[in-house]
Amino acid sequence: MAKKHKWLDLVTDPLNENNPITVQILGICSALAITVKLMPAIVMALSVMVVVAFSNLIISLIRNYIPTRIRIIIQLLVVAALVILVDQILRAFAYDVSKQLSVFVGLIITNCIVMGRLEAFAMGNKPLDSFLDGIGNGAGYGLVLIIVAFFRELLGSGTLFDHKVVPQWLYDHGYVNNAMMLLPAMALITLGIYIWVQRALYPELTEKN
Amino acid sequence: MELVNIFIRSIFIENMIFAFFLGMCSYLAVSKKVKTAMGLGAAVVFVLAITVPVNFLIDKYLLQPGALKWLDPSLANIDLSFLSFIMFIAVIAAMVQLVEMFVERFAPALYSSLGIFLPLIAVNCAILGGSLFMQQKEFTSVSETIAYGLGSGIGWMMAIVFLAAIREKISYSNVPKPLRGIGITFIVTGLMAIAFMAFMGIKI
Repeated sequence: MAKKHKWLDLVTDPLNENNPITVQILGICSALAITVKLMPAIVMALSVMVVVAFSNLIISLIRNYIPTRIRIIIQLLVVAALVILVDQILRAFAYDVSKQLSVFVGLIITNCIVMGRLEAFAMGNKPLDSFLDGIGNGAGYGLVLIIVAFFRELLGSGTLFDHKVVPQWLYDHGYVNNAMMLLPAMALITLGIYIWVQRALYPELTEKN
Repeated sequence: MELVNIFIRSIFIENMIFAFFLGMCSYLAVSKKVKTAMGLGAAVVFVLAITVPVNFLIDKYLLQPGALKWLDPSLANIDLSFLSFIMFIAVIAAMVQLVEMFVERFAPALYSSLGIFLPLIAVNCAILGGSLFMQQKEFTSVSETIAYGLGSGIGWMMAIVFLAAIREKISYSNVPKPLRGIGITFIVTGLMAIAFMAFMGIKI
């Protein structure tokens, strides 16, 4: 059961072929709600990466001592403790961003990516492999988040990291920011289009039915 | 009147799915058939309606700054609010366990069709989200939190049943290959969310 994993593959697979959001369909909730601007999206991606990596590591270290019947509660407690740490650190050092993220930092606890990777990987693999798997999945999650946030911020408010990037002469010629992109509904459609493009480029990911 | 407002607001205007995207994982995975969607929806309504008020009481009498005053006046300046995540999730996990045993005993058919998603209600973001939003909204009485929990649950159930109905129809249509399955589901949900925005202008 502890089969050999190539370390590099563990990190790079989740970036595309096995992306947690677009292929495994995990962790959608937070992916959509906090992608209006790039900055919170990056902070969120980093927090999730830290939580997934370390919870994978911890659970993998104690995996042989966890009784299977109560494993979900134990996993939740480990994850909750890590999330509390991240939340307190964010409040101390990046208060504005943590205000913007509001409840979504707490919701990392119930982010399906964390639980999904714990169940699917950390329960049956060595600590170092699990840690790398966590880093990879966190990065795959972050990648999608950043791409979606990039388009939403660029088209929605004409800025990147709150700096103006759409030149003034475009506005003078009648260009208008698409306020629709700021609405939550467009996050879903942006993500749908992302999946469309990804699957058109990699036809092997297409679903059968 | 206040209660009715909270109830209706949480169903339509602050719909868990269309306004906050909470509980998307099971929303997307269990919405292939209307019948299973109804079952999961009912379970979510039940769990939300119980956990939100219970967590409200825990928050009010244990966690808030100065909440321990009823125990002893000298404890008045203790602030345990950083523990709220862990307390909330523990309450939720325990409640889900109860619901699971209940469903297994009284509705075995539903139990087997829900499969892994019943225990996973514990990690459904909508449930924890309900409790965290409750904490942010600063409700004052238990009845308000019951109205909020019930309303959020019903809103979630409505959304998943609608989506399941649409997906049952979509399976007969000719969707572009790379969009099949999850892609088209995202876009459908996006369009539904736009439709639900019509409620946002309503102030109650």
